[in-house]
Amino acid sequence: MDITTFTSKRFLVPGLIILILLVLLATLPLYAPAYTVILMASILMYIVLTVSWVIFSGPTGYISLASAAFFGVGIYTAAILGGELPLLIVVGIGGLASFCLALLVGALTLRLKGIYFAIFTFGLVMLLRYLVLWWEIKYTLTRGRFVIVVDNNTIYYVMLGIFVVLLITAYFIRRSKFGLALQSIGENEEAAAHTGINVTMVKVITFAISAFFMGTAGAIMATRWTYIDPYIAFNPLFSFMPVLMAIFGGMGQLYGPVIGAAIFSYLEEILLTEFPYYYMLIFGVIMVVAILYMPNGLVGLIQKWRKGDLGEKHANT
Amino acid sequence: MPILEGEGVTKYFGGLAAVSNVDFHVEQGEIVGLIGPNGAGKTTLFNLISAALVPKPGAIRFKDENITGLKPHKICRMGVARTFQEVKVFPNIPVLENVLLGSLFGTSPGMSSADAAREATELLEFVGLSAVRATPAKDLTLANQKRLEVARALATKPELLMLDELMAGLNPTEVAQAMELVTKIRDKGITIFMIEHVMKAIMSVCDRIMVLHHGEKIAEGTPEEIATSKTVIEVYLGE
Repeated sequence: MDITTFTSKRFLVPGLIILILLVLLATLPLYAPAYTVILMASILMYIVLTVSWVIFSGPTGYISLASAAFFGVGIYTAAILGGELPLLIVVGIGGLASFCLALLVGALTLRLKGIYFAIFTFGLVMLLRYLVLWWEIKYTLTRGRFVIVVDNNTIYYVMLGIFVVLLITAYFIRRSKFGLALQSIGENEEAAAHTGINVTMVKVITFAISAFFMGTAGAIMATRWTYIDPYIAFNPLFSFMPVLMAIFGGMGQLYGPVIGAAIFSYLEEILLTEFPYYYMLIFGVIMVVAILYMPNGLVGLIQKWRKGDLGEKHANT
Repeated sequence: MPILEGEGVTKYFGGLAAVSNVDFHVEQGEIVGLIGPNGAGKTTLFNLISAALVPKPGAIRFKDENITGLKPHKICRMGVARTFQEVKVFPNIPVLENVLLGSLFGTSPGMSSADAAREATELLEFVGLSAVRATPAKDLTLANQKRLEVARALATKPELLMLDELMAGLNPTEVAQAMELVTKIRDKGITIFMIEHVMKAIMSVCDRIMVLHHGEKIAEGTPEEIATSKTVIEVYLGE
């Protein structure tokens, strides 16, 4: 076995799988019922939230619970500008608004470590929720807002577009020297700083990139919900879900959070429709089992399985 | 002209003066040793120079430029590299990439990826770690982790290298190898400022030695002068 066939095989097979998946996803509205398209859009939303969370929190180990804040900023961008600007521009502005908020918050708080950072970022969600609520009641004299309606296929395609751009971004960050710097910060921040890495800048920029995608996802999702208020937009569930999905999928590989979020959100949908009263309970049990028996998530399981498979082959030959 | 100079450098932790009004200088091309009993403030002084801490009051100049209050990564890019008392390698990152981080981010102006990779490979050769280049750093022996830290520091192309207890925890053979490495680095034209407890090593390698005690500089001179200094013997052995 020479090296060239080995490497080409290594890239060819995943490349082919990704291509087939993309074609299937891109043509989904042509052959699938409307329900599937709507379901896929929300699965993609969870994948986008999870992968963008992992871009920052995966390598650095800073557990951010601010996802709901950035998602909510996107939602409110769509609610405010939805009727006035073209959809894609609204989505872009939603992302940019989150990006700017993350720059500001990151510069202020990324000196906090561990649990303090997690708590602060969660506080940000609550702060924004009640700030917006206060503002709406005092100045706009309503609690909620209506968002301009967009048809389901458009929502699906925009979400798919965000998903693809996000995956490409995440892939290049992982592969670049920027990604290596991020990982070194997670492993030993002090040593990273003394090796010439501008740790504050690297952290803040990555935090903002991750927030950008969460904001775009919020902006497009808002158009499906048609009515929003601060309780819907800044729902803490959107802070915790990405963390759980990333743990479930495993963060060692890029595909981990993708399949983690996909399976998890599909499961949620099934459980919610089949067992509306027990679904949270079943969900909790699944989560506990996952953490106990798959500490490295689905990725860890897959890698273990592949290793075991290879080991057997060696044993046979 | 001194490459590194400190004037009245002081650092309080609460009411305790960890480093108190220390003046020091390191000349271009020297190997300067920094010794003192535990808790004398040696590592704190290193932290002040490398900007992990900021002196208050006091000023530190590198090549006649005031570097007090700059960020650690700036100091590193200006040409001051350091290692740590308790090794701080990036445990899950392979050895080569550990060094690569230094050449990619610690140099000013930065280098292209190809140059950085070549540089990192050469440095692994230099410190003798080529054989384990793909191993995660956490799997190396302590002696090799310390070499790796030196390689990573050298990758930032320093003019001044600060070694914090390079030989602590090493066996006699490894100490001899580490001493050889230090002289090899000096022969490259890099000035060295080192904290060390292994007296044999520091006496034979250093051109000049500074002694700290309770945060104050109590003696300075050639190894012979220090070895015979009455104050130093009192501090180490008691009266």
